[in-house]
Amino acid sequence: MPLLPLPPLGLLWLVPALPLAGFLVNGALALAAPGAKRAVSIVGVGVLVLAFAAATLAVLELAQLHASAPLVVGYWDWLPVGDLQVAFALQLDQLSAVMILVVTGVGALIHLFSVGYMREDPGYARYFAYLNLFVFFMLTLVLGASFPVMFVGWEGVGLCSYLLIGFWFTEKVNADAGKKAFIVNRIGDFGFLVAMLLIFWHIGSLDFATVFSKAPTAFAAGGPVVTAITLFLFLGCTGKSAQIPLYIWLPDAMQGPTPVSALIHAATMVTAGVYLVARCGALFALSPVGSATVAGVGALTALFAATIALKQWDIKRVLAYSTVSQLGYMFLGVGTGAYAAGMFHLTTHAFFKALLFLGSGSVIHAMHRAYHATHAHEDAQDMRNMGGLARYMPWTAALMWIATLAIAGIPPFAGFFSKDEILGAAFAQAAVRPAWYVFWGMGLAAALLTAFYMTRLMLYTFHGPNRTGDREREQLHEAPPLMTTPLVVLGVLAVLGGALNIPPLFGGGARLEHWLAPVTGAALTPPAEAPPATEWALVVAAVLVAALGMVAAFRILKPEALAPARLAPPERGVGRLLWKKWYVDELYDAIVVRPVMWLSREVLWKVVDQRLVDGLLVNGTAAASRALGWVGSRLQSGEVGVYVVLFVVGVLAVVGAVVR
Amino acid sequence: MLLGPALTVSAVLFAVGVLGVLLRRNAIVIFMCVELMLNAANLTFVAFAQQVGVAGQIFVFFVMAVAAAEAAVGLAIILAVYRHRHTLDLQNINLLKG
Repeated sequence: MPLLPLPPLGLLWLVPALPLAGFLVNGALALAAPGAKRAVSIVGVGVLVLAFAAATLAVLELAQLHASAPLVVGYWDWLPVGDLQVAFALQLDQLSAVMILVVTGVGALIHLFSVGYMREDPGYARYFAYLNLFVFFMLTLVLGASFPVMFVGWEGVGLCSYLLIGFWFTEKVNADAGKKAFIVNRIGDFGFLVAMLLIFWHIGSLDFATVFSKAPTAFAAGGPVVTAITLFLFLGCTGKSAQIPLYIWLPDAMQGPTPVSALIHAATMVTAGVYLVARCGALFALSPVGSATVAGVGALTALFAATIALKQWDIKRVLAYSTVSQLGYMFLGVGTGAYAAGMFHLTTHAFFKALLFLGSGSVIHAMHRAYHATHAHEDAQDMRNMGGLARYMPWTAALMWIATLAIAGIPPFAGFFSKDEILGAAFAQAAVRPAWYVFWGMGLAAALLTAFYMTRLMLYTFHGPNRTGDREREQLHEAPPLMTTPLVVLGVLAVLGGALNIPPLFGGGARLEHWLAPVTGAALTPPAEAPPATEWALVVAAVLVAALGMVAAFRILKPEALAPARLAPPERGVGRLLWKKWYVDELYDAIVVRPVMWLSREVLWKVVDQRLVDGLLVNGTAAASRALGWVGSRLQSGEVGVYVVLFVVGVLAVVGAVVR
Repeated sequence: MLLGPALTVSAVLFAVGVLGVLLRRNAIVIFMCVELMLNAANLTFVAFAQQVGVAGQIFVFFVMAVAAAEAAVGLAIILAVYRHRHTLDLQNINLLKG
């Protein structure tokens, strides 16, 4: 029993407010006392731990209430404008409960890891201020009870992502990567805004509860309006969640500090699009075209990004394309209508991908220290410079192997259950809509490639001979306990995470699915379960494919034969095509970036700005004033006689006019 | 006193004053011509006062008072200009030319 009688969810506001307070304190410290690293660590990590506790309390309360409708807590009238009435309100339901636990839980671990990883950095306080601010916006995004509140969080996480990608902004490549992420996200946000306007126009409200309850009557199923809304919403998702065609910013986002990549660009922010589709399930259920687009783009992205990951050498880039690919899986799930499966994969992916990124952070940290000690200028992130690191960092190696088995889908690790759930749902959907056979096939192929490229990453990084350099080798050490502790926790979660939602096929209770049922019940329900024989066949197929990928990697790849980065021969043929990422960046450069730059320079700058604005308007105004002044100054001859003549003539004219 | 001849004299005086202001170049002379115009106006006031009432005569006193004040200010300005420029020819005093 609480000591004080509190209204339901009386402490919910604490969940986003704590990271905000952390941001304010750390921001003040960053400006006033950037050297106070101890205080920054305590505040930065402390608020996250407290927010996780508050989130846990709120979710426990929600579980006790057995609420079938979302619990909305309004705080103040935010936008009372005519017909548009938006309150600043937070909403807790089973879906946002999963998200706040993932965000604060994984977030707290990554904050803890950052204490060790960023220890030497002069921008330590600024880093934690940004990171706290990000968590605040992410929680606003998932807890918002209306589209505008969610949009505030949506934009806010984009801002923090930009700030943290360009955290080391003194190097131009980092600042450029931040700008790229921000601009590409703008395109997606435009889609979100248009969708919001369409919803308000047709329903007259932007509160989730009102919109989703009115949607089935306001929109004809499969009609053009709801299809447009879902497609525009999904455009927003492709930007934030890095799907084709707007995925290009995520690999470049790896220029930020590695814990940022783990938190923002793998575990939380990039999953906002998946959350949005799950949240708007009632709308997507009304639009078969919309949900098919989500599933199709998701499956295509899963396969496409996996092919690129096959040939990347930068350890973080492999993980970045892997993230794009796994996000594609989640969209395949939610586009199929299997919202629980999509959210399940989101959760397990947060565990094992955060583990992979933090593990790679641990590797990069060690590599960087080794090169720093010998003043060598080699690439600390290139896998060709690694090799055999398992001897020097056994904990990191073991934990990353766990995550690799999880992401590859080997039972009984977490990823096996969630990935299998999505592929099973897609296959079941195919019985009704044959297009899903293609999506399922692409998903299965992506699973094969995932197993292959992850095994490749592990082999090249941790096994075979070491290629770091003879003097550097002595400097390679395991990361300090402060950094390995979060890895261990995430490792446990990556092993056991599947227990959240063991399907009935394996005698489990599908608990996550039942937990989410009040939210996803209104949405597209997948067709009846396939017979157990089919399900077993699917499971066996998925496991065989994953095992095939791993075995193939072991058989084909020769870590012994690999040369360090500076001696490596250039790639040829298909390998070069994949290494160059299918030349998509070059393609976008040619058809988007260059024309826009040309238009800006040749038309907007040289004609509109220099000729029209500067020439005609600014200098034109000056010339016109001067001409008028010249006319007026001719009257001022300075001779009193002339003035008197004018005066007399004027008087005579007035008198003449009056007398007549 | 007949109204007609008085107004005629007044008109002539006023015209002489105006022409003097327009044509002469010496500041003192122009100043005197301004006084001439004022007095032409005074003569008209007095002439009409015989028929209309005493108000016209009262106005004349006001005009004389203002003219005295104006004479003081005007002569002071002329003196100041002369000290500064050593001339009273208005064609040479055109500092405010635009």
